[in-house]
Amino acid sequence: MASVNNAPQSWGRYPKIKPDRVIPVYWRNEIPDLSSLEELVLPYAYGRSYGDSCLNEGGVSLDVSHLTRFISFDQETGLLRCEAGVSLAQILELTVPRGWFLPVTPGTKFVSVGGAIANDVHGKNHHVAGTFGCHVTRFELLRSSGERLICSPTENIELFRATIGGLGLTGVILWAEFRLKPITGPFITMERIRYSSLKEFMEISDSSDQDYEYTVAWVDCLASGQQIGRGLFMRGNHETSAAHAGKKAPRKLSLAVPLDFPSFVLNTLTIKAFNTAYYHAQLARSIRKIVPYDPFFYPLDSIHEWNRMYGKRGFMQYQCVVPFENGYEVMLDILRRISRAGEGSFLAVLKKFGDVPSPGMLSFPRPGLTLALDFSNNGQKTLQLFEELDKVVRENGGSVYPAKDARMSAESFQAYFPQWHEFEPLIDSKFSSSFWRRVTLPVAVPVNG
Amino acid sequence: MKVLIIGATSAIAYEAAKCFAQDGADMFLVARNAEKLASVADDLKVRGAHCVETEVLDLSELDRHEELLERAFSSLNGCDMLLIAHGTLGDQRKCELSVAETLREFTNNCTSVISLLTIAANYFEQQKHGCIAVISSVAGDRGRQSNYVYGTAKAAISAFLQGLRNRLAKAGVAVLTIKPGTVDTPMTADLKKGLLFASAQSVGKGVYQAMKQGKDVVYLPAYWRVIMFIVRAVPERIFKKMSL
Repeated sequence: MASVNNAPQSWGRYPKIKPDRVIPVYWRNEIPDLSSLEELVLPYAYGRSYGDSCLNEGGVSLDVSHLTRFISFDQETGLLRCEAGVSLAQILELTVPRGWFLPVTPGTKFVSVGGAIANDVHGKNHHVAGTFGCHVTRFELLRSSGERLICSPTENIELFRATIGGLGLTGVILWAEFRLKPITGPFITMERIRYSSLKEFMEISDSSDQDYEYTVAWVDCLASGQQIGRGLFMRGNHETSAAHAGKKAPRKLSLAVPLDFPSFVLNTLTIKAFNTAYYHAQLARSIRKIVPYDPFFYPLDSIHEWNRMYGKRGFMQYQCVVPFENGYEVMLDILRRISRAGEGSFLAVLKKFGDVPSPGMLSFPRPGLTLALDFSNNGQKTLQLFEELDKVVRENGGSVYPAKDARMSAESFQAYFPQWHEFEPLIDSKFSSSFWRRVTLPVAVPVNG
Repeated sequence: MKVLIIGATSAIAYEAAKCFAQDGADMFLVARNAEKLASVADDLKVRGAHCVETEVLDLSELDRHEELLERAFSSLNGCDMLLIAHGTLGDQRKCELSVAETLREFTNNCTSVISLLTIAANYFEQQKHGCIAVISSVAGDRGRQSNYVYGTAKAAISAFLQGLRNRLAKAGVAVLTIKPGTVDTPMTADLKKGLLFASAQSVGKGVYQAMKQGKDVVYLPAYWRVIMFIVRAVPERIFKKMSL
């Protein structure tokens, strides 16, 4: 009923850890004196990060979800400035009827602008548009010293780069300004192609990335043998025909998962049955249709609190990227290991990242193949599989996405993000997160000879 | 539509204002804090308000109400909707220990509202149309030990509005008493949030709808009408022994 952030948790509802207290922020000119706080601080809004990068055990969660005011919008250029707690959903509601769309959007619109910057989120158009941070022109950063800094590609450049993808550790983003992209209407022309192997995915992806702004594939991660990597490839563009230009997208009824599912509901058998059915549900090899943007970008947002499907124990996501060099073989190896372990779920997506560089120092996306999947939290079994996957990713020069992580070792993180040494001095000394404390534990350096 | 909102930075008023802004209303906003008022005004402009004028005023300065309303009505060139939403949820305990504190609370929540209403009523009576809405509270429906100073002020407002409604009905002017229950706003930031807490957004939307429909009395969310019916029905000899 109430949108009360009394008990911050992350989307995966794992780990179950609590801040010492929550301090709400209602106005951007009225922030509590952070320097006088004894505990370490971390901004928090809607808790859409999956693991512990938005959690701050024993510290202060600074709840910025009330900072939801727009500041300015230039209808001619699409330049939008708003407070950091504004959600992408609120932006779309305002700007789509006026012919403007988000330059980059993740798979949920219920993230805050501050969170989109702090995690430098990406979407189905990464191969052409890069990350969210690529479109940010400036923001105001409040440091615990009370200093308010305007950061942009030309002012406070280091902090600009550190804050994009900086996991909320460099201070509080109070507002941000970024460029939207013009659209003629709220519809997407999409095509969904059933494909039967990872090899075929590579081919379709190669031939699509030129002509389609949005590409992504759903993968049946429990398929095995020759069928490894099979799935449904989705590609789309904003519909530009005059016939659809003036039309409004229909409003859809939203559903909610009202309770935690018992843990036996999602198991290997039910998921395998679902995946097989979903894969074969599309009879034609390829279908084309025109759909509103909502179901295309945010199929899961229409089911509120879908994370409760995974029961009380919560779930974990694993998203990695591996470079194009040997990318096919490495991804095949990863998919085989997941299939063999019998873990994994129906939410598995595969995409090719492009080479648009992000200004973000600690940004996750890089050119290569990225795979993201949900896993029920089966304790040790799941953690062991992740550790095994990490080893493969590490050995092949890949990386794992902090926004979705709840368990990677300090050793893995420091291998994935060697630039963290450059980032660390830019952290605000009053800021920290459970994630950051975990991944910056000292790592034993192997001594040669 | 011409909309005047007094106490425009209050969470409920702001949410109602967003709805009016989306309709492309001409708006005049009054609040005490200049920076907050400016950020609300900017927001409403982006959301579609046709034009937004603001005035910074501490509403406990009763002798400035007349010129404030004059300026607002002439700037808007009329007024279709007046929403009075300012108020403070004072510290009941402090009030019990200080007459000055009690009177200050009473000025904020009651005297200043009655002052504004007295002036605005004459304007609306002559204009012969429009809606005057005031945010009262369920706290005014029955005095309770935990907040009876606030409750008394709201009870006075509710009674005043009842009379005013009776008077202005003849002129075709709607008078709306809004009785929110517990709402998640900065005003209640320090209270423990129970199940009955509603979001400012849903309550603000309810205010907007009730104003457009020209209603008389609304409880927001509506289930508070039932709750307060029960609360009022408890006999005093039992009620006085309860910790409420």
